[in-house]
Parts: sequence; structure tokens; C-alpha cells
Amino acid sequence: MIIADLHPGLPFFLGALVVLVTPLRYRWIPLLLTPLLGFINLMGWELGTTTELTFLGFTLNPVRVDRLSYLFGILFHIAAFLGILFSLHLKDRMQHIAGLCYAGSAIGAVFAGDLLTLFIFWELLALTSSLLIFARREPRAFRSGTRYLIFQVGSGVLLLAGTIVYFNDSSSLLFEHIGLTSTAGWLIFLAFGIKSAFPLLHNWLTDAYPEATPTGTVFLSAFTTKVAVYALARGFPGTELLIYIGVTMTCFPIFYAVIENDLRRVLAYSMINQIGFMICGIGIGTELAINGAISHAFNDVIFKSLLMMTMGAVLFRTGKINGSDLGGLYKSMPKTAAFCLIGAASISAFPLFSGFVSKSMVMAAALEEGYHWVWIGLLFASAGVFHHAGIKIPFFAFFSHDAGIRVKEAPTNMLFAMGLAALLCIGIGSYPWILYDLLPFPVSYLPFDNTHVIAQLQLLFFSALAFVWLKLSGIYPPELRSINLDFEWVYRKLVPTQFSNLVSAYQRFAEIAHRLWVYSSRRLEVAGRRLHGPDGQLSKTWMTGSMIVIVLLTLSAVLLKNLL
Amino acid sequence: MNQHKETSLNPNDSSHSSRLRWGIGLFFMLCAGLVLADFIFHRHTIHPWETLWGFYALFGFVACVLLVLIAKVMRLFLMRSEDYYDNR
Repeated sequence: MIIADLHPGLPFFLGALVVLVTPLRYRWIPLLLTPLLGFINLMGWELGTTTELTFLGFTLNPVRVDRLSYLFGILFHIAAFLGILFSLHLKDRMQHIAGLCYAGSAIGAVFAGDLLTLFIFWELLALTSSLLIFARREPRAFRSGTRYLIFQVGSGVLLLAGTIVYFNDSSSLLFEHIGLTSTAGWLIFLAFGIKSAFPLLHNWLTDAYPEATPTGTVFLSAFTTKVAVYALARGFPGTELLIYIGVTMTCFPIFYAVIENDLRRVLAYSMINQIGFMICGIGIGTELAINGAISHAFNDVIFKSLLMMTMGAVLFRTGKINGSDLGGLYKSMPKTAAFCLIGAASISAFPLFSGFVSKSMVMAAALEEGYHWVWIGLLFASAGVFHHAGIKIPFFAFFSHDAGIRVKEAPTNMLFAMGLAALLCIGIGSYPWILYDLLPFPVSYLPFDNTHVIAQLQLLFFSALAFVWLKLSGIYPPELRSINLDFEWVYRKLVPTQFSNLVSAYQRFAEIAHRLWVYSSRRLEVAGRRLHGPDGQLSKTWMTGSMIVIVLLTLSAVLLKNLL
Repeated sequence: MNQHKETSLNPNDSSHSSRLRWGIGLFFMLCAGLVLADFIFHRHTIHPWETLWGFYALFGFVACVLLVLIAKVMRLFLMRSEDYYDNR
């Protein structure tokens, strides 16, 4: 094949160049062809290939194709195709190009065999993705995108610092198992941690993703965090700390998701929850757990894209995304509503939908390895995810009380993208072996035995029962036009207000000091004038006689003292 | 769970109330059926809690009620107006 030697990410950057010069009418051709040609190019790479390149005396591995990177490569081609199809109606060249370059960067990052190449794609991810937020072209999105970029570039700086220390320690740049035994390990861990939205480092995600364009969020939800999950799976499998970070990530966002009004922000919180399952699996580190984490990343990209697409379609058609403004949309957008329900069933891990065949592996691994409290936490999060993503999203957008919004069904290209994603959710959920065969380790796990199916159905149905009961009895919190404080309060409110307090306190102090200075110098001047001025005591000309008297008196005083 | 309360799920849409009642009734029956399935099928268990009859059903229900109640309490001290971060 002619293009078999191309770097797997390169077709996307070339595609972006072609899109740049193609007139609007024909732009759909290079847009749709890029991921397809990219996929064919990827198929040309053999498993186990590693390319080597010497650059400024460093040995780099721009492409490493093994089972782990291959799976993520395939996933990102699917995600890119879905995102492109979903945004095909756009006339915004910038978003199309940003989307293509973003996908290319993500693919480049997962195939990077060394830390320096990883760093380059890591930063490209940050830059290209931020354009999808800025493309909203609103002041709010601009501020949010700036904060997003600070976090992402900060993560890149940490990665570079870690890479330099790592190279100093081991004189190798190879990206293999790193672990937390060295300073370099911690720096790189933190860099990955920011991008995978560890607790307290997570607000860039919930802040920026809901501010991006309706189509941009579909891209955003697929790549950045999953590249970070891949990097953690490569560099830190079996790190026990990750288990506790992961289980925290599954549990705390679901509380926010219940009371959040912006439905895309609800999905952003539920994304952190899903990443938590993956990180927990990576931390447990057994073959079953890693398989679970990786396959869940695969499924999550598809069902989260699907859910983001349905909410993007709602935002695109109605201009609204708050639960308090929506409701009854199934009458106008029945197909979008149906796709949303499929996405909801998948993220909730209903048997025969994709989430079920992957999430249960992580939970089974937690139980098998004796992490019982972690398992309880994951079980709680599983029930919770159904509650907020499985029920709340479709209920408040498409059902609930009719908000009286009458719009057209989503555009055809959006419907096709959602339909394709829905098909994949059901396909993988019903026949998981197509995914299992791609996983890093051989799979002996049986998802559809009585135990798993009955346990999961009981959990889900009774979670739904709780929703019905709480709703009927009026306990369920209504959707309110509001925001909820999260850790971002520290850097969006506390630090700015404290800083401006500090500045104004300094200004007050400086003013007082200045006044004091002016006052005292004026007093000095007045005193000086009194003593040394024309009539001043000290500028008088004294008579010689009085001088002699003073000298005489002084001398006689000294004499008298000596005599006594 | 009496009948006049069920319409409160959909207060502006009385035409759907009978269909909704049917749906909710069917849903209750499915829930009951799932708990009964614990009698028929044997679940293999690892954790001692799992051996409890209807454990997953109970856990799902309690977990979600707790989730919502705690989230409601969180609203008391975390909720702010939409322009909270805008007015500097």
C-alpha cells in the first residue's frame, strides 16, 4: 500500500490542510474521507512495530504499535468519524480543522513510543482542543477556554519537567512502566492526573466542556481524557493510589450531577465518574482489571459521544441546554430522544448495552482482589450513574413537563452520527467479543451469566424505583437556574477576591504612607524655615560680645567642675 | 403510591396520566419479578453482603435515595445564582 508508511496521526493533519483549501460546497468529501483513509493507513501497520528516529542525539520512537496503542488508535478513528459526521453541517472552517488536528494529535499521542513525542502531541492536544471552545465566540466561552488552556498547558509543562528528570535518571526516553518511585514518576503522574481530571484537578473539564460549541463537545469528550487514561494504563498500572483516586472520582461527581442544571455539565460530571471506573481498574492492575478499564474507555468514548451528540442536537435546535428550560422534546425530536435513551442505557450498563460488558469487569476485579470497600463505592457509583445520566438526562430534556418548545428534528447528518454510535453501543453490548478480541490480555470473563445479569438488573430497576418514588413524593430536587460551587471556587472566587483585597489593602497602606511622608516633610520644611529662614533663630547674625560671654561662661563652668 | 399522586409526575399533561399509570404499574411488577428471580436463580457470591436475598435491589434503592437526599442538602450551601462568577 502506498500510504502504509504514514504516521497514523498524519492523515488527519493532511486532511486538515486539504479542508483548509477546499470550498465549502465540497468540504464534506475530505472531511469524511480523512478518518476512513486514516483507518486504512492504520490497518497497514503491523502489531509489534516500533519506528526509531535519532533527533539531536535523542533516540525517539514516533510510532509504537502494540495491542494497547492499536486499540486506542481504532477507537479514536471511530470517535473522529462520529464527530466529523455530527459536525458536517457546519460552515465554520476553524472548527473542522481544529477537530481534525485534535483527532490527529490524540492518535499521535497514543502511538508515541517515547516521552518527548508524547509531550509534543500532549501539547498539540491542548492547543487544538481549546479552539473548539473558543469557536463558541462568546466572552463566557473565551474566559472558560482560557482557564482550560492554562490547565492543559500546565499539564504539558509538568510532563516535560518529568521527562527531563526521567532522562537524567535513566538516560532513556522510552515510555514504558514508570511507577511512583522517583521524582520523575510523580511529575509525570501529576501531568497525567490533570488531563484525566483527578479530584481537585477536575474543574477544567466541568468548566470548559459545557461551554464549547454543540459539536465541539463531542470531540472534546472523546479524546483528551482517554489519552490520559491510556497514558496511565501504560505508565502506572497496578499503582495502588490509583484505586482510591478512581473510587473517589466515581463517587463525588454524581452528587453534583443530581443538582446540576446544565445538562451538558451533568454529562461532564458523569464523565469524571466513568473515568473513575477506568482509573480504579488501572490501579488494581490485574489482567481482568486492565481489560475492564481499557474496554470501558472504548465503550465510554462511544456512549458518551452519543449522549453529548443528543444534547448537542438539543442545544443546536432549541438554543437551550438547562434542565429547567427543557422538557417534552420527544414530541419534536423523537429520533434524538430514542438515541438518547440508547446512550442512557449504555452508560447505565444495562445488559445488552455496551457499558455492561466492560464496567462489570472492573467491579469483579475489585471484589476478586479483596478491595471490598472500593467495590461498595463502585456499586454506589453504578447506581448513581443510572440515576443522573440514565434517567435525569433523557427525562428532563425529552420528557418531564412539556416546556412548549416546538423545533425541527436534528439535521440528517447528526441523526446518522447518533444512529451509528447507537448501533455500536448495542452491537458491542450484545456481542462484546468483537471488543474483547482487541484487548491487551486474553478474556475469560463471561458477562452474561445469571449472577451478573440479575444483580445488575436489580440494581438498575431499584435505582429507577427510587427515582419514581422520590419524584412522586415531591422529594426529588427540582431543576433550578443556578450553579453549584465546586473546587474551582478557590481559583475563580477565593484567590481573585483575596488578591484584589490584598491589592486594595496595599493601596490603602501606600496612601497612608504617602500622606505621612507628605505631612512630615512639610513639617520639616516649616521647622527648617522657622530655624533657618530669613527670621529664623539660627540664621541670625550674633554679636561678637555675646559670643565671648558664652565662651567665658562655658570655660568657667568647666573650670568650676574640675575644681570640685 | 396512590392514584392522584401519580399525575404529579406530569402535572401539565393529564391526557397521559392513564398511560403513565399503566407504565408505572408495569414497572412495579418488573421490580417485584426481579426480586423473585433471586429465589429461582442462584447467584454466585464473593462478598458476604451479596448472599443477602435481594441485596442488589435494596442497595440500588437505598443508594439512590441517599444520593438524592445528600445532594439536596448540598444545595443548601453550594447553590449560587447563575451569574455568581460573572460579577467581580
